[in-house]
Amino acid sequence: MIRRKLEENFFRILMVLATIVVAGSFFLIVGTIVYKGVPFMNWDMVTKIPGGGFYIGKEGGVLNAIIGSLYVAGGATILGLFISIPVAIYINMYMGGKNLIANTLRIAFDVLFGIPSIVYGAFGFLIMVYFGIRASLLGGIVAVTLLVIPILVRTLDEVLRTVPRELRDASLALGATRWEMSKVILRQIRPGIFTAILLSFGRAIGDVASVLFTAGFSDNIPTSLHQPAATLPLAIFFQLGSPVEEVQGRAYASALILTIVVLLITVLSSLLAKRFSKNNIR
Amino acid sequence: MLVFTVLSVSVVLIVGIGLYYKSIPVLDHSSWWTLLTSSQWKPLKGLFGFFPFIMGTLWVTAIAIIIALPLCLLTSFYITEYAPNRVRKILVPFVNLLSGIPPVIFGVWGVLFIIPLIQNHIAPHFVEFSTGYSVLAGGIVLAVMIFPLIVSIVCEVLNTIPRELKDASLALGATKWETIRKVSLRKAKPGIIAATVLAISRAFGETIAVLMVCGNNSVVPHSVFDPGYPLPALIANNYGEMLSIPMYESALMFAALLLFIIILVFNIISRVILARLERKLAI
Repeated sequence: MIRRKLEENFFRILMVLATIVVAGSFFLIVGTIVYKGVPFMNWDMVTKIPGGGFYIGKEGGVLNAIIGSLYVAGGATILGLFISIPVAIYINMYMGGKNLIANTLRIAFDVLFGIPSIVYGAFGFLIMVYFGIRASLLGGIVAVTLLVIPILVRTLDEVLRTVPRELRDASLALGATRWEMSKVILRQIRPGIFTAILLSFGRAIGDVASVLFTAGFSDNIPTSLHQPAATLPLAIFFQLGSPVEEVQGRAYASALILTIVVLLITVLSSLLAKRFSKNNIR
Repeated sequence: MLVFTVLSVSVVLIVGIGLYYKSIPVLDHSSWWTLLTSSQWKPLKGLFGFFPFIMGTLWVTAIAIIIALPLCLLTSFYITEYAPNRVRKILVPFVNLLSGIPPVIFGVWGVLFIIPLIQNHIAPHFVEFSTGYSVLAGGIVLAVMIFPLIVSIVCEVLNTIPRELKDASLALGATKWETIRKVSLRKAKPGIIAATVLAISRAFGETIAVLMVCGNNSVVPHSVFDPGYPLPALIANNYGEMLSIPMYESALMFAALLLFIIILVFNIISRVILARLERKLAI
């Protein structure tokens, strides 16, 4: 009896410790980034593009990378939405959503979600070579769009599955076509769409491997789709590789900026999902 | 809409075919077997042996899974069985936040925290000298990256185990831990396997975080403190220079193809297991 009790307590303590390690790793990461990044943080970082001699420790900031990242992530999310909303509606509204084909499609998108971004990056590069596009904002957006489509489709799909059957039946009974019904449903899932947008944006802004070969790098803010664009994660990666201490410090500060942006997006998406879903028909 | 659906799903096929098409030159040059088992990596002489890179990937992934799996299982059991509601409500969002952190941040953290830790505190106990840039560092960083993935899937699976089964075991006088070990663990086994397979495939494909901490030395690692050079890092590191050397592009595309095939297979296995589980519970 005592042995069993001891065993129970031993494993309970082990579990608590494991939980502390897992949850604590989050604080450890954010803590390290904040601790190292704050001393190098200043307004120049977020308001200036790299000046002359930036990479040997002179004046400047990473505004080019911030704007570039916003362009790439925003462009990819918008492009991805145009493709994934019809797909999610097709799977759920036209195919019925609960048969073999629909489930197979879901698995296919889950598998696509699992494909690493470096493969998308390499594939995006292949497409660009094929069409003769140089590393540019456009290339980056295309590669990242491939990356976010599975996320968008699966998130929207999950939301569409929660739409009550009656809502569909009611609009169909009023003589609406399936497309008109889908418009009603789309209004109902608006908060879900918003969550999907934020999720995909968060993933897109943080990803390096897919933009590494496709978006290129530039010290200027891109003004057209055909110019190369810097991205924030890539800027961090390059600056960290520098032997100059100042530049490494900027990498920490850039990492801090990226962390803040991503955490804000994550928190915002969960808060908004909660708030919007109050007004929905259940 | 049908067109969009078909197109976006067939991306899997198109990627596979495109990568295969590009790796034909190197496959003509040497056989699959030599490519996979040779350790000769001399692009200038046209020798492409992927063995060190495959071993690098395997080492890093194995270390990550060995660290992450027990921790994540214990955490999931704690969250689902023990934690009071209040604690659970705080814990779950943090796991989600962790999954939102971009890979490059994990990399920076690895360089700032894990590397010095290994260099100054862990390695001196075992080997004479280590820079810290090692497969162990890669493994630890990857382990933290796959925490949220395993925890969220295993928690979901554990939550679907019928209350009655656990109650029956508890009513027979079993302790909570005995119930977990003999009832929950057994019931959740397929789900746990699926989560692990999924985590392995995620670890396989992770590029930038691993590249930053692994040392990138193309030899087969012999201990956890040796540097390694995983496949994705190879692709990412050599993309710029590769166009100038014949066959190099093709070889790198072969690396991407290899990665793609392995991850595709792993993903399909785990997703099919998970989908089956879901369907069984729905009925």
